[in-house]
Amino acid sequence: MSENMTLKGKLGLDVFKADKLPHIQIKTGMEKDPRLKKAVLACPAGLYAQNEEGQIQLSLDGCLECGCCRIACGLEVLEWHYPGGGCGVQYRFG
Amino acid sequence: MEKFDIIIVGGGLAGLAAAYQLAPEGLEVLVLEKGDYPGAKNVTGGRLYLNPVRDMFPGLWGKAPLERFIAHEELSLLADERSMTLRYDGGELGSEPYQSYSILRAKFDRWLGKQVEKQGTMLVCKSRVDDLIVENGQIEGVWAGGDELRADVVIACDGALSLTAEKAGLRQAAKPEDYALGFKEVIEVDRKVIEDRFNLEGDEGVARLFMGEVTRGKFGGGFLYTNKESLSLGIVVGIKDLTEEEPLIKAPDLLDIFKQRPEIARLIKGGQTVEYSAHVIPEGGYHGMGKLYGNGILVAGDAAGLSMNIGMTVRGMEYALASGYYAAQAVLQARQAGDYSEKTLAVYEQLLNDSFVMQDFKSFQEAPKVLENPRFFKHYPQLAGSIMRDLYRIPAGPKERLYKTVRAYMTVPEIWAMLKDYGGIRRI
Repeated sequence: MSENMTLKGKLGLDVFKADKLPHIQIKTGMEKDPRLKKAVLACPAGLYAQNEEGQIQLSLDGCLECGCCRIACGLEVLEWHYPGGGCGVQYRFG
Repeated sequence: MEKFDIIIVGGGLAGLAAAYQLAPEGLEVLVLEKGDYPGAKNVTGGRLYLNPVRDMFPGLWGKAPLERFIAHEELSLLADERSMTLRYDGGELGSEPYQSYSILRAKFDRWLGKQVEKQGTMLVCKSRVDDLIVENGQIEGVWAGGDELRADVVIACDGALSLTAEKAGLRQAAKPEDYALGFKEVIEVDRKVIEDRFNLEGDEGVARLFMGEVTRGKFGGGFLYTNKESLSLGIVVGIKDLTEEEPLIKAPDLLDIFKQRPEIARLIKGGQTVEYSAHVIPEGGYHGMGKLYGNGILVAGDAAGLSMNIGMTVRGMEYALASGYYAAQAVLQARQAGDYSEKTLAVYEQLLNDSFVMQDFKSFQEAPKVLENPRFFKHYPQLAGSIMRDLYRIPAGPKERLYKTVRAYMTVPEIWAMLKDYGGIRRI
């Protein structure tokens, strides 16, 4: 049913193909940068979260490659690439 | 090293439209697509308006995998627990030629890719362009997955972020105020149920837009399109508002709350979500656009910022198709001149200027500024809900006169603010 699905459940419906390297990374030493908090709000896949030490952590499983974090946080805090060819999300409906 | 006449980065609508024009001219066209197939990375709300592009691609539309023609338009203003809906339809909107269709990009782009391949274009999927080959200030090709691929000209059709145009120095990294996040669920519902629930005959479809509480008053809105056997339900919200404006709320939560509203819940009841997708959308309009051409390069589609929101309509795909078409015309002219420098490729901008594309962007150049006004997304939906409640409410005691009921909301400061907003709307 679509009525009460968790975000993880929704992402579980999508087709993803694993990449060799992480295509987005938080730059070393930037984990507590306030700009990253924007990604916690903006990421439609909910992949950014703040831990108890105030660091932002990123888990790439379920990345929809929308680029919202690149735009919201900027390239001073993120190393941002698309996944390699044939990797990442493959929409069946779009 | 391999050499082609034209390399197109990105197998979306702009790129495939350009290839569709170029291959029949006997040119060697290479389209590089990073997904498993064209459309694998693409998302629309969404609908395609055919009128502006129908004649550019004759013969294409008859067999195209379009979903439903939009015969009913609805706009809802959502307040906390109230909503007001304006419905526009009738025989004219439901008659051929239909002006717009709901579509699903993974299906549509994949099909268009096949048409382009049939013409002789080389479509290489699973290929990510990593860098440009630049020699003496002229773009000579691309690097993709370790392969050196050369061409007379590169057309960057790699979507809203266009890292290709960015690498070519034609645009800056995207800024939050110029982009919105769009995300949606595709919810499968039995065809018959869709037609009964939305009052549709055959392949008729409905397009619904929602403003107000759906984005908590932030720039943007909700949308619902009927496809043949599914619904596309989602939200568009400005990235700046999403990350800076109170109340701060996570994007995915907005959609979950939207789905629980009674107005929506009954429409998706019993449906099965089959995909969750997201994409960013250029919203900067004419003033947010980068440079459209350089030495050995043209930029088309979302990559060029060619999408436009004027409130009632949100458009992008026909601009992508048309800009791909004109990019191809520009390439043919450059080929005739034997020169792919910026000077010759500038004809692309001229072609766009003379077409509906740039004429629309100029006509509506004030729209992004006017729509920045939070009153449209916050105040008016609430106001409409409150006035409707009071007009329709029958209290236990005597009912207030209608004029007085409305007048209570129309204070002098309110009328003053409305006049100012009206001044803004006049600029759209």
